Amino acid sequence: MANYKDIIVGCKNQKGGIIEAFHALQNEFNYIPHEALVEAARVFGISEAQAYGVATFYSYLSVEKRGKYIIRMCESAPCHVAGADELLKALESQLGIKVGETTSDGKFTLELTECVGQCQATPVITVNSEPVFNVTTKILPQVLAAYK
Amino acid sequence: MAEEMRVLLEYADKINPESADEYVKVGGYVGLEKARKMEINDLIQEVKSSGLRGRGGAGFNAGMKWSFVPKNAEIKYVVCNLDEGEPGTYKDRIICEKNAQALLEGMAICGRAIGSSQGYIYCRGEYPFIVKLLKNAIQSAQELGTLGDFNIEVRMGAGAYVCGEETALIESIEGHRGEPRFKPPFPGVAGLWGVPTVVNNVETFACLPYILTNGAAWFAGIGAAKYPGTKIVTLTGDAVNTTFFEVPTDYILRDVIYKLGGGVKGGKKLKAVQVGGTSGSFIPEQNLDTPIDFDSMGAIGAALGSGAVLVLDETRDIVDIVTRISKFFEHESCGKCNPCREGTFRCREIMEKINSGKGSQKDIDNILLLTRVMQKAALCGLGQAAPFPIQSTIKHFAHEYARKIV
Repeated sequence: MANYKDIIVGCKNQKGGIIEAFHALQNEFNYIPHEALVEAARVFGISEAQAYGVATFYSYLSVEKRGKYIIRMCESAPCHVAGADELLKALESQLGIKVGETTSDGKFTLELTECVGQCQATPVITVNSEPVFNVTTKILPQVLAAYK
Repeated sequence: MAEEMRVLLEYADKINPESADEYVKVGGYVGLEKARKMEINDLIQEVKSSGLRGRGGAGFNAGMKWSFVPKNAEIKYVVCNLDEGEPGTYKDRIICEKNAQALLEGMAICGRAIGSSQGYIYCRGEYPFIVKLLKNAIQSAQELGTLGDFNIEVRMGAGAYVCGEETALIESIEGHRGEPRFKPPFPGVAGLWGVPTVVNNVETFACLPYILTNGAAWFAGIGAAKYPGTKIVTLTGDAVNTTFFEVPTDYILRDVIYKLGGGVKGGKKLKAVQVGGTSGSFIPEQNLDTPIDFDSMGAIGAALGSGAVLVLDETRDIVDIVTRISKFFEHESCGKCNPCREGTFRCREIMEKINSGKGSQKDIDNILLLTRVMQKAALCGLGQAAPFPIQSTIKHFAHEYARKIV
């Protein structure tokens, strides 16, 4: 696993690039560990509080530990009319967790999201940012089974 | 008139969007070459007289926007807004996936016009694969030397709808929380890192190569006179063909839905259509014979916005959908200004009350008053536009509300 300091240094030359650094950290750890946030604040010359303010403003960034696969279910209007409510219930029951939680084996984290820009094939979920199309409650078990 | 008119998407799926070579073979980078040979003032005048207006939703004349940039500033930036967060919208993704080089060329044309050698593309966090595609496209263009000394850097957002507002977007590129700034100063005068910055939408930039190549008069002659050109629309919801189309701007909304969209799924009747994304107004059946251009949509109390078209069939529960939309705005309000932060919260609260059958006429009166305050007092477009779905449905679908109130 890459060192968080190396990851942050890799983004140092991008002016104002702390969000890029956060993305790079999340690519490695799936969230922004506290010590990495402190280091990013130092490298980009802002206070820890400001860095925390940035990290918690954006819905894609997390300062809490998350699972290997982050499932985000879109609940915007086009997905809503395509049955997102039922899909959410199915997701929660099949994963055995509520929104915001991670399965006990650390495999899945379930989050809600607004539109992911794939409204040609609703309802849409993303798994680690990869969109999965037309996810009905019927095909959900096989969708989830694909992630080992 | 039932056909598409493909300008930006003419070579969709026929060329590799990442490859500058393939783009050049189909006439790419001719517009930029022309722009380089023109006097700066003539170039801006050419874009002005083409009548090109911003495709992100505000509809401001692009050439006019550029002309506000002070000529004597040493450093200036060109920023592309690829934050399309408006639910139901995916046209900017499509433009990148089909014709990314046109976006790069358009940015370079803008750079030439305002005297900037640095561009930024702010891509929404939901599209990491587009970030990759764009980085490859930039590399391909640089290898071929088509962009000259114009550099483009891609930055990725992280899931905040408000960053589609240009000053919030600028804040985000700077590495801050994406909260809108007070205007003035406008970005054209003091934008990214305090220097003059032009922020335009992907589709606006992607029109430029074609305007320069074919001439302003050609572009001005397409579609609606006051909002010329083509528009890429994205169909969602209960349409048969939920996909994208490029049409001239005088195309009728009914034809978008019934001719290109194939009508309503399952042979059902249409109840409403919401144009422009989730912040758009709901349009009833009787207004479908309206052209999609900016001003025609405005004349019926709606907005073209991003060009998203959400089709809703006769079985849909309007109040339930608007309740869901009100949650969206509560979630996406950045919290900087009180009218939006508290307003979107109370709108959601009142909509939930009505939707659950516990609301009264008094709640409808209150929400209408609240939304008027938000429109007048909110700092940015988010809080100002959040009321449209509520107001337009109370106006056109009052019976749906009446059915739910006690």
